[in-house]
Amino acid sequence: MNTLWLSHFTATSAIGCGLEPTHAALRQQRGGLTPCAFDTVDLNTFVGEVAGVDSVQLPAHLADFDCRNNRLALLGLRQDGFMAAVEAAIGRHGRRRVAVLLGTSTAGVLQSEQAYRQRDPVTGALPRDFNYRTTHNAYSVADFVRNVFKLEGPAAVVSTACSSSAKVFASAARMMEAGLIDAAIVGGVDSLCLTTLYGFNSLELLSATPCQPFDVDRGGISIGEAAAFILLERPSGDLDSDAVLLLGAGESSDAYHMSSPHPDGLGAQMAMAAALKAAGLQVDAIDYINLHGTATPSNDAAEGKAVATLFGDRVPCSSTKGATGHTLGAAGGLEAIIGALALQQGFLPGGINTLNIDPSIPIQYLNANRDAAPQRVLSNSFGFGGTNCSLVLGRAG
Amino acid sequence: MTLPNTILTAWIEGVGLLGPGLRDWPSAQSVLTGNAPYVPSPMTAPPPQGLPPAERRRAGVSVKVALAVAQEAIAMGQLDARQLSTVFASSGADGDNCDAICAVLASEDRHISPTRFHNSVHNAPAGYWGIASGAMAPATVLCVYDGCFSAGLLEALTQVTVEGSSALLIAYDSPYPEPLNANRPLPSAMGIALALTPQKSALSLARIQISLTDAAPNALDDNALEALRRAIPAARGLPVLQALAGKQASEVVLDYLEPLRLAVNIEPCN
Repeated sequence: MNTLWLSHFTATSAIGCGLEPTHAALRQQRGGLTPCAFDTVDLNTFVGEVAGVDSVQLPAHLADFDCRNNRLALLGLRQDGFMAAVEAAIGRHGRRRVAVLLGTSTAGVLQSEQAYRQRDPVTGALPRDFNYRTTHNAYSVADFVRNVFKLEGPAAVVSTACSSSAKVFASAARMMEAGLIDAAIVGGVDSLCLTTLYGFNSLELLSATPCQPFDVDRGGISIGEAAAFILLERPSGDLDSDAVLLLGAGESSDAYHMSSPHPDGLGAQMAMAAALKAAGLQVDAIDYINLHGTATPSNDAAEGKAVATLFGDRVPCSSTKGATGHTLGAAGGLEAIIGALALQQGFLPGGINTLNIDPSIPIQYLNANRDAAPQRVLSNSFGFGGTNCSLVLGRAG
Repeated sequence: MTLPNTILTAWIEGVGLLGPGLRDWPSAQSVLTGNAPYVPSPMTAPPPQGLPPAERRRAGVSVKVALAVAQEAIAMGQLDARQLSTVFASSGADGDNCDAICAVLASEDRHISPTRFHNSVHNAPAGYWGIASGAMAPATVLCVYDGCFSAGLLEALTQVTVEGSSALLIAYDSPYPEPLNANRPLPSAMGIALALTPQKSALSLARIQISLTDAAPNALDDNALEALRRAIPAARGLPVLQALAGKQASEVVLDYLEPLRLAVNIEPCN
């Protein structure tokens, strides 16, 4: 795979809006999970809710797109000078040569959930101001971002559950290599909604405490929300040594079960091996793995087996979902950015909430931060339907 | 404005088609070429093949349509499904399932079933396809509202070109019941699949080349088929199938994403 440059990136999640608070929270091992008080939800669980989403106002000409998911998207775009960086890229490449490829699992389905409560008592019709295309439909978030920047290039939403915003990196890399585009806004946006909260509850996968990935007492996931955006371009000749590069992406399918991982993590192994192959690297080149690490007993066990099979226990690993919650379709993008911060800032983020590391999973799980100088990191994202994607990121120098 | 002229090339090995009045690819060809009348009639999705009994029971309309056209294309090309990466393109997840979840979540008892939930993901058909076919190859699932067919074709040909491997495009849609149907009216479920390879084989139907363009999209001559093309995102691919059925070199332009369209050049083999 041709190497790409993460020329600009930004993350907004429960641990902070933008890179500085995100980095600070990781350094301080501070989590963003709080008891769920979202909407009318009556579940005993913790969520990673982003503060201030409700007060975000969309520009008047994009008012049709108004919903929690697109408000979160705009809140995310406004951090770290990301919008100016995109405008500069448009200046370099042109509106048709910048793609928008974003991941989401539920987009603005919350609008439909709320609209169903307001059905006309006689006709059953949804409220007049409900707009399916610009809110509920999965494409709405990429459509919104494309409109924010008045872009005219290729665009798509990848919606493969919890691997969505990792797979967009692979799609962008292919489009770049084919010569269709010169830059891409990738990443993902997923926001709290009732479908995922009550859905994971139906599977008995919601933790009653802040989630504890790879803990012997792990009891399921905590759902979070996030907006993660990355501007991908071809590397320029004179990159700073702490510039972050996408070195490889690997994808696979479990072909096993709709909501349970392959017990030996076979699909996960294939995705990690494919990412290494695409990067032209061996396992010993990886200095840190940001695990998918959802904190369900079966997911962590399967991923642990897959990592142990490929890497043994040599590579420090952690899941950052104890801090952010599982941000579902935004997780791949968010965790790629956490990997990029590790590379730039010289540390390995320990997974929080994990007190007693499960001794039956033979990997080197970090539950405390470690100062280090990682050169290359791997980030895993796996999802319902047996969809797997791994990314390899590295420093330019 | 001059567009950079990136042309992506592949060979079409198999076709799958299922829609209202379009039972399968062999019987639809004479309809698409105008040699037989198009008679719109309700679409019946066959029971999905290759799934264990539990998954077969749980499969909704979109899974049935996606698997039916995928399997038709694979069988026609005499391909090993496990060797093809897949590109699913759909403007929505399963419409009936989404309505059922929204209705339960708006009620006093919000208990939704685990099957409803795992069927709610946009990539449910891709998951069922993996289980049915045993394919552990990459599967991606796109949504571009009405531009899904072209987005999927672009992704599939990009994969074939860049990875040098075969890919299966599966474009499909399923309608919502009321009340969502009033906001997103789709008259029927429908699916189109194309099996694409990087090299010509003895079974290749045609060479396909695509590029981005500003040109106006093609309409279909038959009024009822044109109405179908405009009504269902997957049906936006019908001009490609018409060109294939015509067995003559031709170029068609597909709707994609304003202001871009997709120019598709079809060069039949023999």
